[in-house]
Amino acid sequence: MAGTWGRFNIVALILGFAFLYLPIILLVIYSFNESRLVTVWAGFSTRWYVSLFSNRGLMDAAWVTARVAFISATVATVLGTMAAVALTRYTRFRGRLLFSGMVFAPLVMPEVITGLSLLLLFVAIGFERGFMTVTLAHITFSMCFVAVVVQSRLLSFDRSLEEAAMDLGATPVKAFFQVTLPVIFPAVISGWMLAFTLSLDDLVIASFTSGPGATTLPMRIYSQVRLGVTPEINAISTILVGIVTIGVIVASLVNKRRRVRQWRDEQTAAQI
Amino acid sequence: MSRFLAFIASRLVIAVPYLWLLVFFLVPFFIVFKISLSQSAIAIPPYLPVFRFNEGIEGLLRGLRELSFENYGWLLDDPLYVNAYLSSLKIAAVSTLLTLLVGYPMAYGMARAPHSLRPVLLMMVILPFWTSFLIRVYAWIGILKPEGLLNQFLFFLGLIDQPLIIHGTTAAVYIGIVYSYLPFMVLPLYATLEKMDYSLVEAAEDLGCTPISAFWKITVPLSLPGIVAGCMLVFIPAVGEFVIPDLLGGSRTLMIGKTLWDEFFANRDWPVSSAVAIILLLILVVPIAYFQRAQARAREEEN
Amino acid sequence: MESLGSTRRSFAPWLDPNAEPYIRFENVTKSFGDFAAVDDLSLTIYEREFFALLGASGCGKTTLLRMLAGFEKPTSGRILLDGQDLLGVPAYRRPVNMMFQSYALFPHMTVEANIAFGLKQDRMPKAEIADRVAQMLKLVRLEQFAKRKPHQLSGGQRQRVALARSLAKRPKVLLLDEPLGALDKKLREATQFELMDLQQELGLTFVVVTHDQEEAMTMADRIAIMDRGKVMQVATPAQIYEAPASRFVADFVGAINMFEGEVLEAAAGRARIRDRSGVEFSLDNGGDASAGTTAWLAVRPEKVQVTRERPDGAVNAMEGEVWDIAYLGDMTVYNIRLNDGRLVKASVLNSLRRIEDALTWHDRAWISFAPDAGIVLIR
Repeated sequence: MAGTWGRFNIVALILGFAFLYLPIILLVIYSFNESRLVTVWAGFSTRWYVSLFSNRGLMDAAWVTARVAFISATVATVLGTMAAVALTRYTRFRGRLLFSGMVFAPLVMPEVITGLSLLLLFVAIGFERGFMTVTLAHITFSMCFVAVVVQSRLLSFDRSLEEAAMDLGATPVKAFFQVTLPVIFPAVISGWMLAFTLSLDDLVIASFTSGPGATTLPMRIYSQVRLGVTPEINAISTILVGIVTIGVIVASLVNKRRRVRQWRDEQTAAQI
Repeated sequence: MSRFLAFIASRLVIAVPYLWLLVFFLVPFFIVFKISLSQSAIAIPPYLPVFRFNEGIEGLLRGLRELSFENYGWLLDDPLYVNAYLSSLKIAAVSTLLTLLVGYPMAYGMARAPHSLRPVLLMMVILPFWTSFLIRVYAWIGILKPEGLLNQFLFFLGLIDQPLIIHGTTAAVYIGIVYSYLPFMVLPLYATLEKMDYSLVEAAEDLGCTPISAFWKITVPLSLPGIVAGCMLVFIPAVGEFVIPDLLGGSRTLMIGKTLWDEFFANRDWPVSSAVAIILLLILVVPIAYFQRAQARAREEEN
Repeated sequence: MESLGSTRRSFAPWLDPNAEPYIRFENVTKSFGDFAAVDDLSLTIYEREFFALLGASGCGKTTLLRMLAGFEKPTSGRILLDGQDLLGVPAYRRPVNMMFQSYALFPHMTVEANIAFGLKQDRMPKAEIADRVAQMLKLVRLEQFAKRKPHQLSGGQRQRVALARSLAKRPKVLLLDEPLGALDKKLREATQFELMDLQQELGLTFVVVTHDQEEAMTMADRIAIMDRGKVMQVATPAQIYEAPASRFVADFVGAINMFEGEVLEAAAGRARIRDRSGVEFSLDNGGDASAGTTAWLAVRPEKVQVTRERPDGAVNAMEGEVWDIAYLGDMTVYNIRLNDGRLVKASVLNSLRRIEDALTWHDRAWISFAPDAGIVLIR
């Protein structure tokens, strides 16, 4: 609808996005600050990036976090996709209400509760806290996010595709792997990416469930931040923001390219 | 054979995530509840009684007798905890309202933007959500500190001669929550507003509504599902928020998430922190159940 | 109903030079970027007229309607309603109401509340609103559905709620955007007549946008045929069909056979045209053709005769072969392939067709038409 995008709307968007982005932009700018004081500009410098890479604690934590995120995102994607399939395909089974409740509740559950409850579970069953327990905890809450992402894609999936596959002789299992999964795969991938960043990001649950030797990057950043703002934190934040931004942009470009190609193919097909 | 395989597959698809969530999500709550009935102790683990299955029925019964609701009575007697709950609810409610006030115009602007622009705007809202929560909260410390960028800017403009004290106050917590949870508000609002048939607004204007009254009579009621979803997505986690009050708030900003954290990590009182968690959960069960039902209804309507 | 029918026949204010038009579009242009949806268009509509804007999608008819309703501002030009310039009058102050293509019923309100909505905006007293709503519900025969929500109604019922809602404020002009587009064929036909009766009964001016020529022909007093933002012709349904102003209009409304040729002679309204294949046609109605130019001879299929032999004394005739026969129940349509490969369409009423000697596929046949059967078009 032309003409309905008034001045008010544009101003609201500009202010809103300024609010969303200004803090991050300032953070990035001040990561290149020469001064130790984060808030006083003293010239351009990359010294904090240099000192960052010689900070053993941060580097170790980053490595732990990367491994936790990779493993937990992968397992969570498998489990979450299964949960999404279960919720969309099987509308009737015993305990479905409880199941859907357990899938959606972690999305809004305060992290302190999830963290505490998982910790107490690990203690109760005598699991030693560390890398393993953080990973299990991250799988549990991120699989729910994956389930939601994949479920919304499955709901719009045209089931006659699957029926056509079965009509042509594919078993239900084959139909799923050869027809459904390829079609919903972009959603599965974005589910994985979401799970990965959620794990990278998590401080509270990791603090509860982690043990000695498995300090994650957010835990390390948090303990440094508590001691005060340091440009080093700005530097590592900038790197993280950079990675995520590049990741999201690349993903959306790939997605767009695919769609444009599809569109072009359809156009050429229409001309033949 | 293939039929049998399909049957097994369908059972597995349900059973595996189901069992996982039972073990790692539901069962832990019962454990939290049980521990909330125990007493704190200087031991490993730091609570009593500990059920040991090698002591048989006798030991189990003795353990059960030792459980009590003492912690709860203690929590409810202590104004510190009661105030923390109340102040968490208040802070969460106020910041949810503020988030709605900031988020609605944004979502509205996005939903009315030219079609070609919408995916970009949507990605711009989602992008901060992908970047670390902790980092985004951290960014505000540098802005809100007395010698921070906001005060420098205001000095520069000549608007103030004394630094504004925001960091370490409840106001900073509001800013932090609005900032961090804004995408959660904007996304469901955008989804409902974008789906809304704009000709409804035109019809209202055609029948004599001014644009502003058409907004209140048509757009707002029809975006109510989005408003509810957005508010729930902000309010529920905000009640138990820890990072924001810890990093931006001050000693006088009471929030239950922080109380729980301190009880657990500083005082190492596991039973009391469990009791805190259980009460928090009870407070949140109503909005969570409401939210779930609203979501389920929305999904049904879509099908 | 009888009396209504007779008033309808005598209604032709556009023929009266003293009649004052009710709605005037004066050189209206509406551009979206560098695309002109409506291009320097002028048009007049009279009070109590049932006026149809007919055209393919994207021809600008909906934009025109939306400008009248106040949802789009003309880029240039004026729109006058009852002598008042509408520029600067917002949609909510205009004495026109619109029935939306999607119906735009408020999903969170009952049928009753939907109909009352416009009245409430005018701060009408409650009792009066209730009366008017009851009256409207009766008018569209939905009394027992007053408390339902739109999603609990059938498509036809929703259409009637939309109609009642847009009529409730007694607008001077009712705008209808594809009012019957969402209904199935049977319901559409029945509703066409209901709309006409309603318009007569209430004495309102209706402006309807449609892409369905049958709908426009049935309902409208006059039709404006639109193409690419311009009006191609404004005339009564009969004039549009019998005397199209251009090849576009002739082709757009109904089926037509078109022969391109050179005008050999044009005088006193009569014309002689030589077709591409060398056959000469003689027409009573030569239109604006002038000798030596190219013109098109247009003949409707029902005015073409098909016979085995060249009819005695036929002025305009060509020989060919029966290529296709479509039996439609009330009539039969023949496609005759001329010797040079062109196809000519001829439809014959089955009540006139002799079954025992019926032409069949690949029979040789002659097509012919009377000098007054065709029309010569120069555009």
